[in-house]
Amino acid sequence: MLWLLFLLVTASHAELCKPDAENAFKVRLSIKTALGDQSYTWDTNEEYLFRAMVAFSMRKVPNREATEIAHVLLCNITQRVSFWFVVTDPSKNHTLPAVEVQSAIRMNRNRINNAFLLNDQTLEFLKIPATLGPPTDSAVPVWIIIFGVVFCIVIVAITLLILSGIRQRRRKSKGLPEVEDAEDKCETPITVENGIPCDPLDTKEVHLNEAFVPEGERLTPL
Amino acid sequence: MALTEEPQSLVEDSGDERPKWDNKFQYLLSCIGFAVGLGNIWRFPYLCQTYGGGAFLIPYLIALVFEGIPLFHIELAIGQRLRRGSIGVWTAISPYLGGVVSAGLGCFTVSFLVSLYYNTILMWVLWYFLNSFQNPLPWSSCPPDRNRTGFVDECQGSGVVSYFWYRQTLNISADIGDSGALQWRLLMCLAACWVVVYLCVIRGIESSGKVIYFTALFPYLVLTLFLIRGLTLPGAKEGLLYLFTPNLEILRNPRVWLDAATQIFFSLSLAFGGHIAFASYNPPRNILSLINAFELPDQSVSRDDYPAVLADLNATQPARVARLLLRSCRLEDFLDKSASGTGLAFIVFTECLLHLPVAPAWAVLFFGMLFTLGLSSMFGNMEGVITPLLDLGVLPRSVPKELLTGLVCLACFACALCFTLQSGNYWLEIFDNYAASLNLIIFAFFEVFGVVYVYGMNRFCNDIEWMTGRRPNLYWRVAWKLVSPLLLLSVFGAYLVLLVQKPLSYKAWNPQHVGPSMKPFPDDPLHGQCACHLCLRMGGSECIQDWGPSRPGAPAP
Repeated sequence: MLWLLFLLVTASHAELCKPDAENAFKVRLSIKTALGDQSYTWDTNEEYLFRAMVAFSMRKVPNREATEIAHVLLCNITQRVSFWFVVTDPSKNHTLPAVEVQSAIRMNRNRINNAFLLNDQTLEFLKIPATLGPPTDSAVPVWIIIFGVVFCIVIVAITLLILSGIRQRRRKSKGLPEVEDAEDKCETPITVENGIPCDPLDTKEVHLNEAFVPEGERLTPL
Repeated sequence: MALTEEPQSLVEDSGDERPKWDNKFQYLLSCIGFAVGLGNIWRFPYLCQTYGGGAFLIPYLIALVFEGIPLFHIELAIGQRLRRGSIGVWTAISPYLGGVVSAGLGCFTVSFLVSLYYNTILMWVLWYFLNSFQNPLPWSSCPPDRNRTGFVDECQGSGVVSYFWYRQTLNISADIGDSGALQWRLLMCLAACWVVVYLCVIRGIESSGKVIYFTALFPYLVLTLFLIRGLTLPGAKEGLLYLFTPNLEILRNPRVWLDAATQIFFSLSLAFGGHIAFASYNPPRNILSLINAFELPDQSVSRDDYPAVLADLNATQPARVARLLLRSCRLEDFLDKSASGTGLAFIVFTECLLHLPVAPAWAVLFFGMLFTLGLSSMFGNMEGVITPLLDLGVLPRSVPKELLTGLVCLACFACALCFTLQSGNYWLEIFDNYAASLNLIIFAFFEVFGVVYVYGMNRFCNDIEWMTGRRPNLYWRVAWKLVSPLLLLSVFGAYLVLLVQKPLSYKAWNPQHVGPSMKPFPDDPLHGQCACHLCLRMGGSECIQDWGPSRPGAPAP
């Protein structure tokens, strides 16, 4: 008699939880990828913990506070480690709607991940998308800061150049009459270009490019 | 080479001031800086790779010897000669053309147009440069969508770097007719670019001469670093062999010769570029697919085991394995794909940067290099705009040069605003394809023709002898008289023929299908009529396959 009951119960469980069943979700774990040497083996105790976490998540949903660990059914556990699970209602006749389970898992994803020392990528609930972290934008985008720095430097440089240009022009308009006196006094002026004195050209080796000789010097004076 | 440089900038004739190059090295660096621009970096290697590696050098060298160098020499010589009396020389050359007006206007227009969109490219480079100062780089991951359940659809379909370029940078519209709004981010970068250009040309060569040390040498330093880095990576030997192994068959294609000739001139190649998906092949991904599909234990298949396991599974359950769509990696597949232009710089190379250690540093170096490259070419362009204005005496002499330069930069900035619209990239492509190259070829042809046939070959040779002490030898005379004009005419003709053959079209970004598609020009007086409405989906579906993340919720590759 008891044996018959047991058969009945497992049969009904089998119907509720099977791959691609209604309201069933597939879970895939990659423990070795996540933990490497410190990985644990997946055994029935881990399964118990998983069922407990799912039950815990469901209990947080309004109207589902009565969910027990026994209501969470796992099936088709593979070596991968992957399995399917469903959450049944207290009567254990039908499963809770997928939408509720999905939202419950999403709300508590962090707790579930941490219980198993895994993350969103290594503990996958297929068809339950994880909530991505918010984009880490600082209040002021970085590029604006750099832009401000570059722009300020350039504006300062331009201002300095313009000011020095104005000053040079003023100095020249004042200094011209003085320069002309100086030229009369000097007999053999040493031409200085940009602060570097030029040696007189050795006309034997160098060809003078007449394109750069100013007009006035070419014409013989009257 | 960029033949838009104006050698009149060598010596300024503005009143009493005669700014000079500090030394020969500075002059040489300036010439190199003007000539070597963005096109050299991101188009020439692409042409080499596409047209059979080392074999491309043959048409290129021929074009250089018969077209590039003679034209360059003529332009330098004219420039020096012009300096002596620009009005006199040009009226002597062609009194019918009205002298200064046409010559000045010719240089001026071309330089103006080129400056406009060259600086727009610098604007994009600056944007990327400013965004490189953060870790992780902003183009390394897709932004999450509104629910935060996954990534934005457009990003998942096209790939992170493409999304960053087309959406977050350009915010591109789907059609050239749809102008969209001004992009304020790009506007700020454009303003910054023009301010930097103004700073560098504010005093003519006096200021640009100082900056040129950095802007001309820095790119070579960075390129050397990248070369060293590239050589240390696996596959370097195969890549180099592929690039330089000549494939002489390709030379039969007339397109090669045309591209070599135009590359001499001016080529920015604002193309989409091929999509080389660096991360589309990820060895762990194939193994993961196998493990997930066949429920094998986690980490049970290593890279060495993979071929054996795959063969085993293929023998027993081929249907399931086929459904997994596993991809194999062949180096040749990647080597066959090549990219140029903005596609290379902003899509392919930005993805490549993500895979380097200390990615932000490399990104800063790379975009800094592109910026300095473009900047040194901009000096030449701006001189080409400012010097004719000075010569024509548009503003009275009392107006200081700084003011004129500032006004010119402001005017260019205002005109370039159209490129910061959402359809700006399309306009730029049109400019590059149809506005600059053709004009330059025509202008160069008239330059050679005018000097050699109207001014007279003998007179010109006399001038050169008078300036340098040596008469140009037979090579120059033959090249100027016969070869260069003929080559220019044939290049121009070939260009026209190619243009006429297919309907004028441009590649547009399609956010729905996610990927570039060909679109015909709208009925716009600038571009003429377009008869047929062919729409080719250029790799749109390919994008979705190659670029999507392995599973929802995972960060995009």
